Amino acid sequence: MNVPAAWYLVLAAVLFGIGAYGLLTRRSALIMFMCIELMLNAVNLTFVTFARTLSDIGGQASVFFVMVVAAAEVTVGLGIVVAVFRRRHSTSVDELTEMKG
Amino acid sequence: MTATAYALPSIVVFVTAAVLIVVGAIGVLAVRNPVHAALSLILTLFGVAVAFIAQSADFLAAVQVIVYAGAIVVLFLFVIMFLGVGRSRHDHVEPLVGQRPLAAFGVAVTVGGIIVLLARSHWVTGATSASGSSLVKGTGNVHQLGTAIFTTYLYAFEATAALLVIAVVGAVVLARRERATEEAE
Repeated sequence: MNVPAAWYLVLAAVLFGIGAYGLLTRRSALIMFMCIELMLNAVNLTFVTFARTLSDIGGQASVFFVMVVAAAEVTVGLGIVVAVFRRRHSTSVDELTEMKG
Repeated sequence: MTATAYALPSIVVFVTAAVLIVVGAIGVLAVRNPVHAALSLILTLFGVAVAFIAQSADFLAAVQVIVYAGAIVVLFLFVIMFLGVGRSRHDHVEPLVGQRPLAAFGVAVTVGGIIVLLARSHWVTGATSASGSSLVKGTGNVHQLGTAIFTTYLYAFEATAALLVIAVVGAVVLARRERATEEAE
Protein backbone atom coordinates (compact mmCIF):
# COMPACT_ATOMS: atom_id res chain seq x y z
CA MET A 1 0.00 0.00 0.00
CA ASN A 2 1.20 3.45 -0.79
CA VAL A 3 1.20 6.14 1.83
CA PRO A 4 -2.11 8.03 2.21
CA ALA A 5 -2.83 10.78 -0.26
CA ALA A 6 -3.23 13.25 2.58
CA TRP A 7 0.50 13.08 3.29
CA TYR A 8 1.35 14.24 -0.21
CA LEU A 9 -1.34 16.90 -0.07
CA VAL A 10 0.06 18.28 3.18
CA LEU A 11 3.56 18.23 1.69
CA ALA A 12 2.29 20.12 -1.36
CA ALA A 13 0.57 22.64 0.90
CA VAL A 14 3.78 23.21 2.85
CA LEU A 15 5.72 23.67 -0.40
CA PHE A 16 3.12 26.11 -1.68
CA GLY A 17 3.26 28.03 1.60
CA ILE A 18 7.04 28.33 1.46
CA GLY A 19 6.85 29.54 -2.14
CA ALA A 20 4.12 32.05 -1.34
CA TYR A 21 6.04 33.38 1.66
CA GLY A 22 9.14 33.86 -0.46
CA LEU A 23 7.17 35.55 -3.23
CA LEU A 24 5.70 37.99 -0.72
CA THR A 25 8.87 38.76 1.22
CA ARG A 26 11.78 38.71 -1.22
CA ARG A 27 12.50 41.70 -3.45
CA SER A 28 14.77 40.19 -6.07
CA ALA A 29 12.86 39.41 -9.24
CA LEU A 30 14.95 36.27 -9.84
CA ILE A 31 14.19 34.83 -6.40
CA MET A 32 10.53 35.70 -6.88
CA PHE A 33 10.50 33.71 -10.13
CA MET A 34 12.02 30.74 -8.32
CA CYS A 35 9.29 31.00 -5.66
CA ILE A 36 6.67 30.95 -8.42
CA GLU A 37 8.28 27.74 -9.65
CA LEU A 38 7.98 26.30 -6.14
CA MET A 39 4.27 27.12 -6.05
CA LEU A 40 3.71 25.61 -9.51
CA ASN A 41 5.46 22.43 -8.40
CA ALA A 42 3.28 22.26 -5.30
CA VAL A 43 0.18 22.42 -7.49
CA ASN A 44 1.64 19.79 -9.82
CA LEU A 45 2.20 17.49 -6.85
CA THR A 46 -1.43 17.96 -5.84
CA PHE A 47 -2.58 17.15 -9.39
CA VAL A 48 -0.54 13.93 -9.47
CA THR A 49 -1.76 12.91 -6.03
CA PHE A 50 -5.38 13.26 -7.05
CA ALA A 51 -4.69 11.50 -10.36
CA ARG A 52 -3.41 8.55 -8.34
CA THR A 53 -6.23 8.67 -5.81
CA LEU A 54 -9.03 8.99 -8.36
CA SER A 55 -7.32 6.77 -11.01
CA ASP A 56 -7.80 9.52 -13.60
CA ILE A 57 -5.03 10.30 -16.07
CA GLY A 58 -6.47 13.78 -16.61
CA GLY A 59 -4.61 15.04 -13.56
CA GLN A 60 -1.29 14.04 -15.07
CA ALA A 61 -2.27 15.62 -18.40
CA SER A 62 -2.95 18.85 -16.52
CA VAL A 63 0.53 18.70 -15.00
CA PHE A 64 1.93 18.32 -18.52
CA PHE A 65 0.24 21.54 -19.61
CA VAL A 66 1.27 23.34 -16.42
CA MET A 67 4.88 22.46 -17.21
CA VAL A 68 4.56 23.89 -20.74
CA VAL A 69 3.04 27.10 -19.42
CA ALA A 70 5.73 27.34 -16.75
CA ALA A 71 8.45 27.02 -19.37
CA ALA A 72 6.87 29.79 -21.46
CA GLU A 73 6.40 31.95 -18.37
CA VAL A 74 10.02 31.61 -17.31
CA THR A 75 11.25 32.39 -20.84
CA VAL A 76 9.28 35.62 -21.12
CA GLY A 77 9.76 36.56 -17.46
CA LEU A 78 13.51 36.23 -17.55
CA GLY A 79 13.54 38.16 -20.83
CA ILE A 80 11.75 40.98 -19.03
CA VAL A 81 14.22 40.76 -16.14
CA VAL A 82 17.15 41.04 -18.54
CA ALA A 83 15.51 43.99 -20.33
CA VAL A 84 14.83 45.77 -17.03
CA PHE A 85 18.34 45.08 -15.77
CA ARG A 86 19.89 46.60 -18.90
CA ARG A 87 18.01 49.82 -18.31
CA ARG A 88 18.22 50.07 -14.52
CA HIS A 89 21.12 47.79 -13.48
CA SER A 90 19.03 46.27 -10.71
CA THR A 91 16.63 43.37 -10.31
CA SER A 92 14.84 44.76 -7.27
CA VAL A 93 11.11 45.06 -7.88
CA ASP A 94 10.86 47.96 -5.44
CA GLU A 95 12.57 50.27 -7.90
CA LEU A 96 9.97 49.71 -10.61
CA THR A 97 7.60 52.46 -9.53
CA GLU A 98 6.83 54.23 -12.80
CA MET A 99 3.29 52.87 -12.97
CA LYS A 100 2.51 53.80 -9.38
CA GLY A 101 -0.90 55.44 -9.15
CA MET B 1 3.01 -9.72 0.21
CA THR B 2 0.67 -8.16 2.68
CA ALA B 3 -0.26 -4.51 2.84
CA THR B 4 2.09 -3.84 5.72
CA ALA B 5 5.00 -5.18 3.67
CA TYR B 6 4.54 -2.38 1.14
CA ALA B 7 4.09 0.31 3.73
CA LEU B 8 7.71 0.70 4.80
CA PRO B 9 9.28 1.31 1.34
CA SER B 10 6.58 3.79 0.42
CA ILE B 11 7.04 5.61 3.71
CA VAL B 12 10.80 5.76 3.15
CA VAL B 13 10.24 7.15 -0.36
CA PHE B 14 7.78 9.73 0.94
CA VAL B 15 10.08 10.89 3.74
CA THR B 16 13.00 11.15 1.30
CA ALA B 17 10.94 13.21 -1.13
CA ALA B 18 9.58 15.39 1.68
CA VAL B 19 13.04 16.13 3.06
CA LEU B 20 14.37 16.97 -0.41
CA ILE B 21 11.42 19.23 -1.17
CA VAL B 22 11.28 21.12 2.12
CA VAL B 23 15.04 21.55 2.52
CA GLY B 24 15.36 22.78 -1.06
CA ALA B 25 12.42 25.17 -0.73
CA ILE B 26 13.76 26.66 2.50
CA GLY B 27 17.16 26.91 0.85
CA VAL B 28 15.70 29.00 -1.97
CA LEU B 29 14.49 31.51 0.60
CA ALA B 30 17.35 31.40 3.09
CA VAL B 31 20.38 31.48 0.82
CA ARG B 32 21.74 34.91 -0.08
CA ASN B 33 23.59 33.99 -3.25
CA PRO B 34 21.15 33.59 -6.19
CA VAL B 35 23.31 30.81 -7.67
CA HIS B 36 22.92 28.79 -4.48
CA ALA B 37 19.19 29.52 -4.52
CA ALA B 38 18.97 28.06 -8.03
CA LEU B 39 20.84 24.96 -6.86
CA SER B 40 18.41 24.60 -3.94
CA LEU B 41 15.61 24.86 -6.46
CA ILE B 42 17.10 21.87 -8.29
CA LEU B 43 16.97 19.94 -5.00
CA THR B 44 13.27 20.69 -4.64
CA LEU B 45 12.55 19.78 -8.26
CA PHE B 46 14.26 16.41 -7.83
CA GLY B 47 12.23 15.80 -4.68
CA VAL B 48 9.04 16.49 -6.60
CA ALA B 49 10.25 14.07 -9.30
CA VAL B 50 10.70 11.40 -6.62
CA ALA B 51 7.18 12.07 -5.39
CA PHE B 52 5.92 11.76 -8.99
CA ILE B 53 7.56 8.35 -9.40
CA ALA B 54 6.17 7.19 -6.06
CA GLN B 55 2.70 7.98 -7.39
CA SER B 56 3.16 6.19 -10.75
CA ALA B 57 3.65 9.33 -12.82
CA ASP B 58 6.82 8.08 -14.51
CA PHE B 59 6.70 10.21 -17.65
CA LEU B 60 6.06 13.38 -15.69
CA ALA B 61 9.01 12.61 -13.43
CA ALA B 62 11.28 12.32 -16.48
CA VAL B 63 9.88 15.55 -17.91
CA GLN B 64 10.32 17.19 -14.51
CA VAL B 65 14.04 16.39 -14.47
CA ILE B 66 14.65 17.17 -18.15
CA VAL B 67 12.57 20.33 -18.52
CA TYR B 68 12.76 21.85 -15.06
CA ALA B 69 16.19 20.87 -13.82
CA GLY B 70 17.68 20.66 -17.28
CA ALA B 71 16.22 23.70 -18.99
CA ILE B 72 14.48 26.12 -16.64
CA VAL B 73 17.11 26.12 -13.89
CA VAL B 74 19.86 26.38 -16.49
CA LEU B 75 17.99 29.39 -17.88
CA PHE B 76 17.88 30.84 -14.37
CA LEU B 77 21.60 30.25 -13.91
CA PHE B 78 22.34 31.76 -17.33
CA VAL B 79 20.44 34.93 -16.46
CA ILE B 80 22.09 35.10 -13.02
CA MET B 81 25.52 34.82 -14.59
CA PHE B 82 24.55 37.23 -17.37
CA LEU B 83 23.43 39.86 -14.89
CA GLY B 84 26.37 39.21 -12.59
CA VAL B 85 24.19 39.24 -9.49
CA GLY B 86 26.29 36.75 -7.58
CA ARG B 87 29.62 38.07 -8.73
CA SER B 88 30.43 39.87 -5.48
CA ARG B 89 30.80 36.63 -3.53
CA HIS B 90 33.78 34.56 -4.50
CA ASP B 91 33.75 30.86 -3.81
CA HIS B 92 36.51 29.62 -1.59
CA VAL B 93 38.45 26.52 -2.39
CA GLU B 94 36.60 24.50 0.24
CA PRO B 95 33.89 26.58 1.92
CA LEU B 96 32.36 23.67 3.81
CA VAL B 97 34.37 21.93 6.48
CA GLY B 98 34.49 18.20 5.85
CA GLN B 99 33.00 18.52 2.39
CA ARG B 100 35.05 15.73 0.88
CA PRO B 101 34.35 13.10 3.58
CA LEU B 102 30.63 13.96 3.38
CA ALA B 103 30.71 13.64 -0.41
CA ALA B 104 32.45 10.27 -0.15
CA PHE B 105 29.90 9.15 2.44
CA GLY B 106 27.02 10.23 0.19
CA VAL B 107 28.46 8.41 -2.80
CA ALA B 108 28.99 5.28 -0.70
CA VAL B 109 25.40 5.37 0.54
CA THR B 110 24.08 5.87 -2.99
CA VAL B 111 26.12 3.06 -4.52
CA GLY B 112 25.32 0.78 -1.60
CA GLY B 113 21.63 1.53 -1.96
CA ILE B 114 21.73 0.71 -5.66
CA ILE B 115 23.49 -2.59 -4.92
CA VAL B 116 20.91 -3.45 -2.26
CA LEU B 117 18.14 -2.68 -4.73
CA LEU B 118 19.80 -4.87 -7.36
CA ALA B 119 20.09 -7.71 -4.88
CA ARG B 120 16.32 -7.68 -4.42
CA SER B 121 15.38 -8.81 -7.89
CA HIS B 122 11.68 -8.07 -7.66
CA TRP B 123 12.46 -4.36 -7.44
CA VAL B 124 14.41 -4.52 -10.65
CA THR B 125 11.83 -6.44 -12.63
CA GLY B 126 9.09 -4.20 -11.37
CA ALA B 127 6.97 -7.12 -10.25
CA THR B 128 6.39 -5.31 -7.01
CA SER B 129 7.61 -1.85 -6.24
CA ALA B 130 7.24 0.91 -3.72
CA SER B 131 5.19 2.88 -6.17
CA GLY B 132 2.15 0.64 -6.03
CA SER B 133 0.09 -0.33 -9.02
CA SER B 134 -0.31 1.76 -12.12
CA LEU B 135 -3.52 3.61 -12.78
CA VAL B 136 -4.88 1.03 -15.21
CA LYS B 137 -3.61 -2.53 -15.25
CA GLY B 138 -1.74 -3.66 -18.32
CA THR B 139 -0.85 -0.29 -19.81
CA GLY B 140 2.14 1.86 -19.01
CA ASN B 141 2.02 5.39 -17.72
CA VAL B 142 3.45 6.85 -20.92
CA HIS B 143 0.87 5.00 -23.01
CA GLN B 144 -2.01 6.31 -20.91
CA LEU B 145 -0.74 9.87 -20.82
CA GLY B 146 -0.03 9.92 -24.54
CA THR B 147 -3.49 8.60 -25.30
CA ALA B 148 -5.09 11.24 -23.11
CA ILE B 149 -3.07 14.11 -24.55
CA PHE B 150 -3.57 13.16 -28.19
CA THR B 151 -7.30 12.44 -27.90
CA THR B 152 -9.07 14.19 -25.05
CA TYR B 153 -6.71 17.14 -24.74
CA LEU B 154 -5.70 17.46 -28.40
CA TYR B 155 -6.82 21.08 -28.80
CA ALA B 156 -5.07 22.12 -25.61
CA PHE B 157 -1.95 20.34 -26.83
CA GLU B 158 -2.06 22.21 -30.12
CA ALA B 159 -2.58 25.45 -28.23
CA THR B 160 0.61 24.82 -26.24
CA ALA B 161 2.52 24.74 -29.54
CA ALA B 162 1.26 28.23 -30.33
CA LEU B 163 2.02 29.32 -26.77
CA LEU B 164 5.63 28.14 -26.99
CA VAL B 165 6.16 29.89 -30.33
CA ILE B 166 4.72 33.10 -28.90
CA ALA B 167 6.96 32.81 -25.85
CA VAL B 168 10.08 32.32 -27.96
CA VAL B 169 9.18 35.25 -30.22
CA GLY B 170 8.39 37.37 -27.17
CA ALA B 171 11.74 36.59 -25.56
CA VAL B 172 13.59 37.46 -28.77
CA VAL B 173 11.66 40.71 -29.14
CA LEU B 174 12.36 41.65 -25.52
CA ALA B 175 16.06 41.10 -26.05
CA ARG B 176 16.38 42.73 -29.47
CA ARG B 177 14.37 45.87 -28.91
CA GLU B 178 16.57 46.96 -26.03
CA ARG B 179 19.67 46.40 -28.11
CA ALA B 180 18.23 48.45 -30.99
CA THR B 181 17.60 51.44 -28.73
CA GLU B 182 21.11 51.20 -27.33
CA GLU B 183 22.53 51.31 -30.82
CA ALA B 184 20.29 54.25 -31.68
CA GLU B 185 21.60 56.14 -28.67
